[in-house]
Amino acid sequence: MIVWRADVQAQLGGFELDVSVQGDAQPLAVIGPNGSGKTTLLRAIAGAVPVTHAHVAIGKTVLESTEPGIHVPIERRRVGYVPQGYGLFPHLTVLENVEFGLSTGPDRPPAETRRTRALEMLIELDCKPLANRHVDRLSGGEQQRIALARALVLEPDLLLLDEPLAALDATRRRAVRHFLAERLQTFGRPSIIVTHDVRDVVALNANIVVLEKGHVVQQGSLASLRQAPVNDFIAEFIGAG
Amino acid sequence: MARPIRRSPLSGLGALFGVTLVGLLVLPFVALAISTPVGDLSAGAAHPLFVPALLLSLRTTLMSLIVILVLGTPLAWWLASSHSRAARVTEVLVDLPIVIPPAVVGVALLQTFGRQGLLGPTLDAAGISVPFTESAVVLAQVVVSAPFFVQAAANAFRKIEPDMLLVARTLGAAPPMAFLRVAVPIALPGLLVGASLAWARALGEFGATLLFAGNMPGRTQTMPLAIFSALESDVRLAVVFSLVLAAVGVVLLLALRFAPALRRTIGRITA
Repeated sequence: MIVWRADVQAQLGGFELDVSVQGDAQPLAVIGPNGSGKTTLLRAIAGAVPVTHAHVAIGKTVLESTEPGIHVPIERRRVGYVPQGYGLFPHLTVLENVEFGLSTGPDRPPAETRRTRALEMLIELDCKPLANRHVDRLSGGEQQRIALARALVLEPDLLLLDEPLAALDATRRRAVRHFLAERLQTFGRPSIIVTHDVRDVVALNANIVVLEKGHVVQQGSLASLRQAPVNDFIAEFIGAG
Repeated sequence: MARPIRRSPLSGLGALFGVTLVGLLVLPFVALAISTPVGDLSAGAAHPLFVPALLLSLRTTLMSLIVILVLGTPLAWWLASSHSRAARVTEVLVDLPIVIPPAVVGVALLQTFGRQGLLGPTLDAAGISVPFTESAVVLAQVVVSAPFFVQAAANAFRKIEPDMLLVARTLGAAPPMAFLRVAVPIALPGLLVGASLAWARALGEFGATLLFAGNMPGRTQTMPLAIFSALESDVRLAVVFSLVLAAVGVVLLLALRFAPALRRTIGRITA
């Protein structure tokens, strides 16, 4: 069952993005060489890239549609975003970072409820001892967990993760990959993950979309890509080359 | 981890040059401090020029700082986040008062707001007269000191990762909220440095104020102008005024510079 879809066309300087992707609750891994438009695609879905033509919808909610002229502002899309480097707010503690999203809307809960919910999320992600630490004193793996906690506490309809494991060393990466796979399964909602590592795709049991120069060149399951990779990049990525 | 040793090829000579410059910067203030007997301080403070000039200086610099912060912060944000040609041209325009002598700024302000100036007839028709008033003092201070704040604030905003603001937006913050709750706190140390520089420049402003606002005790005579007036009659009085102005400057500058570190320390202790 299709849960979300994103048809996006954008012109950014000399770069053209023209991508149509869709998915269900299963994670979607976006792969491709550097400069292929992976991060731009995530940002376009989040609403941060000016588009020339687009139709972005999650379930029955249309977030962007150039035809009837719909543009839901970023802050009202209910799309979680964890960028490369995690984007944690350095002036806030871990708990304040996680609480941030609970304090922004017009229907924000009272301070006590916000704190309780943020703490519950930290407990769920085994990060409670970090609650009062400043984010600049966290390891890469801890930062990744807090960034995830901050996005998940709002229960977004779609979660966008841009190379969530790239900043970690090999040992931490294995542990955090396992943790991420577990969390996304519990999350049970759609997610899009930009990655350069086939082990992420395997661990997350994700479908794959391959971008090159702003266009989709192949998509499907890992098994289907293994059977017939359309170029050397894909063959190398899945280890079939 | 051992710190890498930074050895300058000019280490001996460089140190001598550095010490010479620090000496040149500090020595006048040491001379100012040791040349003033304590008795002179109370006599200077009791002088009829002193209190009105000090209050006018504090009042007008506070006003000009507020104007600079309100008008300069959005401008600095735009300069930091825009890659347009207009932003680069504006950046150069904003820096103009730094390179133009204050006396020239004073004449230019007269040519703009004076009775015969560019906006003179319009202001006259509206019953507004700017030159030789307290507003003129504030205006002169704003023009000469705003570039220091805008420059420092734009540099501070440039250091913010754009992703952080996007994350704040995805967490439900509308642009003004993302700016106030994420960009401003992250840039705060740089903003405070800019504000302190601008404030210090406004406090010391002399040339543009003298030409555009005059030197009227109780009305437009700020501390630097009072020092100038005192120097004509009593050097000791001028020294006392100078010492007080220097002390006020140092205290407020230190307060602004160390406010973020102090806040962080208190936050960590109470966390």
